[in-house]
Amino acid sequence: MPTPPDDGGLEPVAPPAPAGRRAPRSTRELYLVFNRLALQGFGGVLAVAQIELVERTGWLTREEFVEALSLAQVLPGPNVCNLALITGDRFFGWRGAVAALAGMMLVPLLIVLALAAAYVHWAHLPAVSGALRGMGAVAAGLVIATALKLARALGANPLGLPLCMAFGGLTFVAIALARLPLVWVVCGLGAVAITTAWWRLR
Amino acid sequence: MVEVALTSLGTLDLLSLFAHFTLLSLLSVGGAITTAPDMQRYLVSDQRWITDAQFTASVALAQAAPGPNVLFVAVLGWNVAGPLGAMATLVGIMLPSTTLALWAARWEAKRRDTLAVRAFSAGLAPLTIGLLLATGWVLTDPARGHWELLALVVLTVVVTLRSTASPIWMVAVGMLAGAFGWV
Repeated sequence: MPTPPDDGGLEPVAPPAPAGRRAPRSTRELYLVFNRLALQGFGGVLAVAQIELVERTGWLTREEFVEALSLAQVLPGPNVCNLALITGDRFFGWRGAVAALAGMMLVPLLIVLALAAAYVHWAHLPAVSGALRGMGAVAAGLVIATALKLARALGANPLGLPLCMAFGGLTFVAIALARLPLVWVVCGLGAVAITTAWWRLR
Repeated sequence: MVEVALTSLGTLDLLSLFAHFTLLSLLSVGGAITTAPDMQRYLVSDQRWITDAQFTASVALAQAAPGPNVLFVAVLGWNVAGPLGAMATLVGIMLPSTTLALWAARWEAKRRDTLAVRAFSAGLAPLTIGLLLATGWVLTDPARGHWELLALVVLTVVVTLRSTASPIWMVAVGMLAGAFGWV
């Protein structure tokens, strides 16, 4: 007897999840969750990604999220897209990476192109520019809140809290106030922080 | 602009558009937005395919729309050369970096328990938090000096820290407050 067709999903088998951990059951679920979080992400997806992946689905712990985000940020490419790739790949290999990235980008791409095509017609309305301004302020608040939430993950960091606050604070000053290029900060301060961590862990 | 044609650029121009964004992809540490100044130089000053105002509007539009901010690259491509232009810029900016990210993530996952990778993660974690705060700070630029907008920023921070509700509700509040001219 031929093997019965599966339920039409993209996925054959889910890999075993680490004991006591929650994991996506299929690449389709991965796609749907990333699609859901992308569609809630006005002015940036990171805040929603933290809520969906850590607080709602529990697929990543706060520490794992920070670790994946650290890697996503030092690599070239959009941080949240790298985060989707890393998360998807962790659960289902390259098929998971494709599913997560597609979930993140497909529908939002269609929406933004439709908006771009329509924008020329209502760009001059004050209500439209006002709405953009209000959404921009909320987007800023969401990113700040995400940073404050994730800062709790530093409690488990081998550097210890005082050093973490020093490195985090210096990064903030270098990027936000001095407006130094990111590459300098990551290569300079990052190298010092990594060396310190290496020395402490040894 | 011609709206019917699939693209207003010749094949060679389209290829050079794609190639330029492929190059930028590997330079886009910190996100595609960090290479925006170079995109502007290429598209507006050198090639004169779009205007400065079109460039700025493309970025603002993609930021307001749901989804990753990198989609502003697709809007730029769309404004340069329609659907094919959008494909050229978006695939160009994504392909090299996604390939590298996947490879690096696997390399890191295999060595997660080694001292080097543990030091790498632990050392970069505080920088990641600092970077996030810096991003939030930069995004508040338009709100400086406008107490209503700053109040909206603070309200968003407080609400988000105290609840796990979808941020879409706060975005809706911001949108309405802006549309009615309250902020």
